Amino acid sequence: MNNDLLLSMEKSIPGRGSQVIPALEAPAYPLPETFCRKAPPMLPELAETDVDRHYTALAQRAYGVNCGFYPLGSCTMKYNPAVNEAAARQPGFMGAHPLAPAHAVQGCHAVITELSAALCEIAGMDAFTLQPAAGAQGEFFGMLCVKRYHEARGESHRVRMLVPDSAHGTNPASAAIAGFTVVNVPSRADGLVDTDALRGLLDENTAGMMMTNPNTLGLFEKDILDISRMVHQAGGLMYYDGANLNAILGQARPGDMGFDVTHFNLHKTFSTPHGGGGPGSGPVGVKRALVPYLPTVASLGAKDGLQLKAFHGNFGIMVRALAYIKALGRDALSDVATHAVLNANYLMHRLTNAGYTPAIATRCMHEFVLTLEGIKAETGVSALDVAKSMIDYGMHPPTMYFPLIVHEALMFEPTETETRETLDHVADVMIAILAQTRTDPAAMHTAPHTAVIGRPDDVKAARTPVLHW
Amino acid sequence: MEIKTDRVYSASHEWVLFETETTATIGVTDFAQSELGDLVFVNLPQVGDAVTAGQPFADVESVKAVSDVYCPVSGTVSAINEALLSTPQMINENAYDAWFIKVENITDKSPLMDADAYRTLTGE
Amino acid sequence: MSHYHPHTQADTAAMLATLGLATPDDLFADIPQSVRLRAPLSLPQGLSQMDTLAAMEALAEQNTRYRLTLRGAGCYDHFIPPLVSQLAGKEEFVTAYTPYQAELSQGILQAIFEYQSLICALTGMDASNAGVYDGASAAAEAAVMCRERGRTVTLVSACAHPDTLAVVRTYAYGTGHEVRVVPAADGHTDLAALQAMLTPDIASLYIQQPNYFGQLEDVPALFAAAKAAGVKCILGANPMTLAMLPSGAEVGADIVCGDVQPFGIPMAFGGPSAGFMAATAAMQRKLPGRIAGQTTDAQGRRAFVLTLQAREQHIRREKATSNICTNQAHCALTAGIYLTYLGTRGLTAVAERCLAHAHAFAELLTAIPGVRLRHRGVFFHEFVTELPVPAQAVEAALEAQGVLSGLPLDGGMLWCVTEKASLAQLTRVAEIVREVCAQ
Repeated sequence: MNNDLLLSMEKSIPGRGSQVIPALEAPAYPLPETFCRKAPPMLPELAETDVDRHYTALAQRAYGVNCGFYPLGSCTMKYNPAVNEAAARQPGFMGAHPLAPAHAVQGCHAVITELSAALCEIAGMDAFTLQPAAGAQGEFFGMLCVKRYHEARGESHRVRMLVPDSAHGTNPASAAIAGFTVVNVPSRADGLVDTDALRGLLDENTAGMMMTNPNTLGLFEKDILDISRMVHQAGGLMYYDGANLNAILGQARPGDMGFDVTHFNLHKTFSTPHGGGGPGSGPVGVKRALVPYLPTVASLGAKDGLQLKAFHGNFGIMVRALAYIKALGRDALSDVATHAVLNANYLMHRLTNAGYTPAIATRCMHEFVLTLEGIKAETGVSALDVAKSMIDYGMHPPTMYFPLIVHEALMFEPTETETRETLDHVADVMIAILAQTRTDPAAMHTAPHTAVIGRPDDVKAARTPVLHW
Repeated sequence: MEIKTDRVYSASHEWVLFETETTATIGVTDFAQSELGDLVFVNLPQVGDAVTAGQPFADVESVKAVSDVYCPVSGTVSAINEALLSTPQMINENAYDAWFIKVENITDKSPLMDADAYRTLTGE
Repeated sequence: MSHYHPHTQADTAAMLATLGLATPDDLFADIPQSVRLRAPLSLPQGLSQMDTLAAMEALAEQNTRYRLTLRGAGCYDHFIPPLVSQLAGKEEFVTAYTPYQAELSQGILQAIFEYQSLICALTGMDASNAGVYDGASAAAEAAVMCRERGRTVTLVSACAHPDTLAVVRTYAYGTGHEVRVVPAADGHTDLAALQAMLTPDIASLYIQQPNYFGQLEDVPALFAAAKAAGVKCILGANPMTLAMLPSGAEVGADIVCGDVQPFGIPMAFGGPSAGFMAATAAMQRKLPGRIAGQTTDAQGRRAFVLTLQAREQHIRREKATSNICTNQAHCALTAGIYLTYLGTRGLTAVAERCLAHAHAFAELLTAIPGVRLRHRGVFFHEFVTELPVPAQAVEAALEAQGVLSGLPLDGGMLWCVTEKASLAQLTRVAEIVREVCAQ
């Protein structure tokens, strides 16, 4: 069977197409020759039916949370409520111009004000900016905020940003592009930050420390108050990466742990869809001392402040997050964490009983990491092979080979929106896969077998890049 | 794993072929390329750059990782192997022909070992 | 109240029992009591879905809904064909994660590959990434791409969007680099001033086309001057106008970037949209963020993957030159659907209507005593007029008629006309402006 789906450009027949807009009602304006394109851009020309079917076929070759289990660790692939989408589609929101007079966009301002206030309460922070477009941009802004803070105090020599070795790769990248020197902090055997090592790394050049809590092993950093005290005493600020907020939503707050700056991912904890890679939204909360450095909008007249993107941020995502917070309210929001942690522990328990090895054998928070080092040594089957085999059972693989400090890692985050039956089914699948590592490991090296393609040749793609038609 | 006797080796798996006391050609070993896997890109320094023994001077990319390559000598880059930029697989195919840089005015070097010592280091 | 966690009390109890725990609170035993939240969050109780939607609708209704929008300035009210929204709204596109698992994600990867192909066709460049946050951050990332040893300063035209300049400056502040502004003369980048600024430390020049005032810049002349000085050229383009204006390749750009918001993406108070970035082959490896590439699978079938990933933050960590990971994939997808649906002729028709109606409107306005064009150059679908009365008076009079006026700008007004405006509407608007100006 030829599974190949032609590109839209390959289906193009010149002359096809739809009449979408009315004809000109004024004379065509003759652009001077210097402003005329030599040849029109070669875009596809397709019948409307074929456009519809093309993208329908592409959608059928995609896999969303609506299709099945999606346990990507640190990505929080929870259900995306339909009511949020309906809220975002309101014509009053969709049609709002970002530079409309303030009285004409009071609804937008109310969304921003209400959402900021709710996030302040959830974070234990004093103020929030909703401008950053994603978690990484939030981190970048948070780092700039720390930089401005030190500069304002005449301490621009503080350039060392401490980052645990278990951190998401984005943390060191964000610190670096904000001009900081990244200092890696080792983890102990129990998976937590090595506080003795940390003490030795702090000095008068310390700008701050970035932490995820719970960390990427799904473990709560119990020493957090000691850690923030140490960093503060050294004159640094504490940055909270909110990637794993789902674990503690309504149960504990970064602001109460000594963090001075935090970003949240609305597309993780607050149920907005991931969209195949975005748009997300990465609002940043700060303590009072950092409020003067919050971003501004030049096109609204504030030309000297920090600014991450045009206008107000990813407003459409804010609408969805506010709808989520309004729907759940204070009690159900804190139940989110309870059920997320319950589901993760339940699945880890079942997988551990089945013969899988957790990277750290202890209770987890909202996610856990397996190490398949032993399985690989015994059977030759890698974490990659196991992940790809899951595809043949109709589920999305977990995060692979992360965190870097665990060998043959598979990181599961089931989220709170999965039923017990789903978790039991996943466990049964994982048991079947574990059995197959011994009975038929060869087949697993070439999994998946039921997807529209087999394993792609990544080396060829990178050595001889073909990046467009 | 092939180890050539005409050159010396660093503990971080680079080879050095000294042309004179102060000029040398540098690459990575067959052991290194096999550990790194299929290489897809190489970042090289520029001619005229200063390099320092024990410090990274290049990096190599596989599909899922990037690894620093450390300079076994201190000196000035006199040539780079531009062919690696378009065909990094040369390193996988023959690590001892696929030189990275030539260095002149060498003033210092890392501890280096001969082929036998390097064979012992790589456990063969 | 609503919630989306499905367990019944019996489920929870059974699962806790499986774990040997007595109460849900035991799940949080690892959080020290000193940082446990003891009181409930100070937030209202939750709402049913019906009440949630009603509350959100009430907020939306606080916004004024205009029948006609004549304001652009970086965010444009174009017609969004229903098919585009319908296809983009397919849940498999909306709820998927980044397509790292290629076997499960061929549809999204192919859509990104097609998007990149469309951007390359529009810009004439060799390679496109999968998009960044928006046009302003695309400009900032483009400036990063151009820096090299000894050449680190970015030149930005004073005629660029003020948000673009602010964002380029913010990114440059992070890495400690300098941004200098090339002054404007009569609403255009001043070529003579530029020539005096082309010192050996300049890495790149950013020119917006059409510029913030809607004027068309003499991009070939500006870029030729820059190139002669060894400076990389970044074209910030409104991609809708590329249906008619010379492509980046035709004007000598090294990088073309901008915002795809005009392509089927609602204004939504300015976001989300997506920034596009396309570059010459020589610079393609410096493009930030995700890139889809074509390859084959083990059986030789065509396959798409995310490629060149070793450039990215999740692998390169502190050595990465950009930290972007989540981008605006769904907006890029939407733009791809829009371009595929309209095709060459459809897109050209939209651009021609914007251009023709804007010029017709400008003639209607400038027939009013005291109203004249601020700048002498050629414009596309945005232009600035002087007004004989305060701009706010014009804004208020039009708002009373359900029209969002142009943007008040230094005593005048920056107008924008898209294909949505009929000639009858524009004629009526001009009459209202005439009445205001006569008072």
